Amino acid sequence: MAPSLAPDLTGRATRPAGPLVIDIAGVTKLYKMGAETIHALCGVSVQIRRNEYLAVMGPSGSGKSTLMNMLGCLDTPTAGRYEFNGKNVAHMGDDELADIRNREIGFVFQTFNLLPRSTALANVELPLIYAGLPPAVRRERAAQTLHNVGLGDRMTHKPNELSGGQRQRVAVARALVNRPSIILADEPTGNLDSKTGVEIMALFEQLYEQGNTIIVVTHEEDIARHARRIVRLRDGLIESDGPAA
Amino acid sequence: MKRLLYELTESFRIAFAQIRANKMRSALTALGVIIGIVAVTLMGTAIRGIDTGFQNSLNMLGDDVLYVQKWPWGNVEDWWNYVGRPPIKPDQADKLNALIAQSPNSLLALAVPVAGRGTTAKFGENKVGNVMTFGTTADYSRIVNADFKEGRFFNDTEEVSGRPVCVLGFDIAEALFQGRSALEQQVFLNGHPYLVIGVLTKQGSFLGLFSFDNQAVVPLESFRKAFGTRRGSELRVKVTDKSRLEEAKEELVGAMRRVRAQLPGERDNFSVNEQGAIKAQLDPIKQGIAMAGLFITGLSLFVGAIGIMNITFVSVKERTKEIGTRKALGARRRTILLQFLIEAVAICLIGGLVGLSLTYGLVLAVGAAFPAFPVEFSVSLVFVSMAVSVVVGIVSGFAPAWGASRLDPVVALRYE
Repeated sequence: MAPSLAPDLTGRATRPAGPLVIDIAGVTKLYKMGAETIHALCGVSVQIRRNEYLAVMGPSGSGKSTLMNMLGCLDTPTAGRYEFNGKNVAHMGDDELADIRNREIGFVFQTFNLLPRSTALANVELPLIYAGLPPAVRRERAAQTLHNVGLGDRMTHKPNELSGGQRQRVAVARALVNRPSIILADEPTGNLDSKTGVEIMALFEQLYEQGNTIIVVTHEEDIARHARRIVRLRDGLIESDGPAA
Repeated sequence: MKRLLYELTESFRIAFAQIRANKMRSALTALGVIIGIVAVTLMGTAIRGIDTGFQNSLNMLGDDVLYVQKWPWGNVEDWWNYVGRPPIKPDQADKLNALIAQSPNSLLALAVPVAGRGTTAKFGENKVGNVMTFGTTADYSRIVNADFKEGRFFNDTEEVSGRPVCVLGFDIAEALFQGRSALEQQVFLNGHPYLVIGVLTKQGSFLGLFSFDNQAVVPLESFRKAFGTRRGSELRVKVTDKSRLEEAKEELVGAMRRVRAQLPGERDNFSVNEQGAIKAQLDPIKQGIAMAGLFITGLSLFVGAIGIMNITFVSVKERTKEIGTRKALGARRRTILLQFLIEAVAICLIGGLVGLSLTYGLVLAVGAAFPAFPVEFSVSLVFVSMAVSVVVGIVSGFAPAWGASRLDPVVALRYE
């Protein structure tokens, strides 16, 4: 099903980049902390295309989280341009941003962020409820997506009945279920042991090969190496942007 | 539209899951609402009961009967204007009836003279004080709505001949005969012997207002013989159409002026009273009681509402991260707002339902224990208290829910 992939420098398959999804130019973000003004981002420009597998790296305080929030349309820039699929999201209101997040972005969090009292299936259905899909469609799609991440037999389990790796798979299924333009993963292996972490990264690899666009935010080189391109941040500026070695 | 529906369904599911997960907390919070709802609905039933009591008592006066009396009902400041009025004599009823018969389109149907005084009733060793004894004509039975427990009303012959017969109210008969039949027994009203020919059914009384229960009715002629009518009497006039009471009243005033041979320009030397006048006097009192009662019991509901608000704030705080997650997944402000509002409303509704069932039980218990106490449970009470519960939930849940809906997703996601 996947088209033939050209190998990259490390010999891994790389999908040809598609149309522009994210176009950020000269974005700054200021925070007021008491009397002090903190420059979290001071003029960042980055373009992300469909079918990319990108890692955003940087030490704490580098503006990595701020950039991630910006990319995920959770936050808007103080200044600069941000276009998502050609739409200017820099000046959108809360509810418009919520709709963009719902349709275009699939979030995977470090702490999974599953609803503790809902089953795996109900958790995966959640974005579809906000998308306004009827119950039967939701159920079928959520079940199919859970099946795809290898949890077809765990659908009626609640998060506390699942292992860490399984929980993160539920979260990945939830991110995928509404067929977003990008998957945005924030330290997806941060709360997992290394073996389970490897499994999750393998899942991302598989998703990438199936045609998803993936952005992983991490401070671990090992994790970033899975990506095809790495953007490194330092002190609110892009330090380097290039293919993963 | 569809989307909102799905969001609502989801919100209800989450709300009940949340209540189930925090049983103790939800129960305690609901308790505040339960107490509030019980207090308010009990007050509501009491107010309705009072209302019904007033109404029952007033109905006894008849809403289609006008009272021609020397004094007006209600407070009189200028008593000197009334005290010198000539008494209203029983025979003026005959003259009035003659006038009514002459005018074909009269709105008045029938005038009946009634003379009354307080007496003591006695049978053997048993004695009842404060018995209102009325002397009237056989027509009396045509203008009042009273049912007989046993026996009958006196007839024209008995009235004209002044036969000493009487019809007793329920309470008097009960006190004198204690369950036995009163018919054909001789009772003494202020020492005058009367043969009981009828006993009325219990009407029930409220606050000692007008009731048949402590009345005795005797033929006017025998009343005159025993007690005299020097102190005057009153006329009760039934109207043909109670929707045109005001017109009937005007006609009656005109007719009475002729009966009493008043000159043009002279002030009426009688008063025409009606049930509505008493109602107008009682209504403010009734409303005062209702307002004060509802205000005081409303305070307890207010305390319950504060409890709901508090627990919703706690719930929002606890689930800040969940709010962040939901927002990240595409929940709009409205969605979050509704979710917490529905949670608050759900607790209130549960509290309201439990409170209402408690009230229902209490009303049944009170009704069984004190049949005379006027409490009344109604369907409208169910709807009103449910509506109140919902409103309490919305009002008290709004501030925390609004705060939740406005949370910055970045901040909320970072919250631990």
